[in-house]
Amino acid sequence: MSGPAASTATSTETSTTTPRKRRSIGWLLLLPGALWLAAFFVTPLVQLVATSLYDPNGSVEAGYAMTWSWGNYTEALDFYSEPFIRGFVYAGIATVLCLLIGYPLAYAIVFKAGRWKNLMLVLVIAPFFTSFLVRTLAWKLILADNGFVVSTFKTLGLVDDDGRLLATGFAVVAGLTYNFLPFMVLPLYASLERLDHRLIEAAGDLYASPAQGFRKVTLPLSMPGVVAGTLLTFIPSAGDFINSQLLGDTNQTMIGNSIQTLFEAGSYPAASALSVTLMALIIVMVAIYIRRAGTEELL
Amino acid sequence: MVRLGRWVSDHVVAGVGLLVLIYLFVPMFVVIAMSFNDPASRAAYTLDGFTVRNWTNPCEPEGLCSSLVTSLQVGILATVGATVLGTLMAFALVRHRFRGRGTANVVIFLPMASPEVVLGASLLALFVSTAGGGVLGFGTILIAHIMFCLSFVVVTVRARLQGMDTSLEQAAMDLYATESQAFWKVTFPLVFPGILSAALLAFALSFDDFIVTNFNSGQTVTFPMYVWGVAQRDIPMQINVIGTAMFLVAVLLVVVSEVLRVRRERVR
Repeated sequence: MSGPAASTATSTETSTTTPRKRRSIGWLLLLPGALWLAAFFVTPLVQLVATSLYDPNGSVEAGYAMTWSWGNYTEALDFYSEPFIRGFVYAGIATVLCLLIGYPLAYAIVFKAGRWKNLMLVLVIAPFFTSFLVRTLAWKLILADNGFVVSTFKTLGLVDDDGRLLATGFAVVAGLTYNFLPFMVLPLYASLERLDHRLIEAAGDLYASPAQGFRKVTLPLSMPGVVAGTLLTFIPSAGDFINSQLLGDTNQTMIGNSIQTLFEAGSYPAASALSVTLMALIIVMVAIYIRRAGTEELL
Repeated sequence: MVRLGRWVSDHVVAGVGLLVLIYLFVPMFVVIAMSFNDPASRAAYTLDGFTVRNWTNPCEPEGLCSSLVTSLQVGILATVGATVLGTLMAFALVRHRFRGRGTANVVIFLPMASPEVVLGASLLALFVSTAGGGVLGFGTILIAHIMFCLSFVVVTVRARLQGMDTSLEQAAMDLYATESQAFWKVTFPLVFPGILSAALLAFALSFDDFIVTNFNSGQTVTFPMYVWGVAQRDIPMQINVIGTAMFLVAVLLVVVSEVLRVRRERVR
């Protein structure tokens, strides 16, 4: 905020110097934050890539030698292809579920809530004011073996009599869906709210049924929200290890767990190779997805 | 067919929306119920008896309250740091034209699009390779939190600035306000709500972060780190007291701000 204030000192100068002055003020304002991101976001990513090519026989204490060990990657993918696939599948299912649950909710808030709109919006976010971990532990109780949900599922025949929900993929996907739902609902809400409601009325006036109106007008116009929401849900879910650790089976973990475990064990090159692969895969998938959905202007 | 369609869109959608809201609140009710729980044994995380003891002795479990203090300290410092740096950046990006704006926008967007596990892991790789494992602690947590909060602050403040009418500032200047007067009397008060919500968002992100913190914390324990630690052993019911209290404080803040907003509108 010192920028405009500082510029007053020179404001008596001739106006021909203003564009250059403006430009340097822009740089000055940007500089501290940009340096922070360069030092603690860009540099670490470079270091991560470097670490992923270090000699895997080194250690944190003894230091690592740069040996361009591309083998770290092939080894990591050999050993961890299963958690990789599982992580992406769980995240994918959770994202689809979030969309299926979140869309009606966002739609109801925008078109049906009337004067309760603000209240409903607050209610959507309110449960997420509690700690992420405390919330996830609550799911542990809800899905517990002697709990209400399991017994209901047993009565309905959805779970075997000796079956359980906790420590299964179901519990992990349920946790992911729950924890990342607001990231889906809020962008959907924003895009539906922005939509010109007269267009939907016009569709009705032109004898479109409500279903046709939704399919041909509302849904296409809300696509930016759908794309933003699915990305904001999928990316954090794909790297998450909390839900898998607290609710899932310890033998069927997601890729986030593998990365975390490897780092804790001190196998930095292998863990870095996994992280770089995860990041690269996500970037490729996001790029393809955005191109397919035709919403490049989002970025 | 059309009437059926209308009925569906009128009632079913609202009904589904309501059901989803209930689904969102179920874990919250569990957290509140568990905060009054009197467990039969500490090993089992089950609902047994009723007690207010957890509420009267929130700090009883060793390390819980000190972890909470650490989280508050990190949260406040990270919020201040990220809000100052991010607000300056937002002003630069909206109000100034310069070379490299496109690159800056991408670098600001990327941390939000990266999985947290990658953010945490890469910082760990950097810290350990440059300064060794001993450097990990409060300072590294703070550095990491400012980093990932920064982008969210920029995006929030930028949105507010972009929606702002610059003719108001021009009017102030036409009325002989100096540039700094125009800034502090017109621009800043108009942007302030955006800065405030950015700061609240930054605090919430920092206070609740586990994944990035877990990589860079060393021996320092924040509240999420504490919960993670006890989740592997026996879970003290007091974490639900803290969870409920956080919920109540946040709801109170929302209610107060809503009341203030409505009152302000009525005055107008």
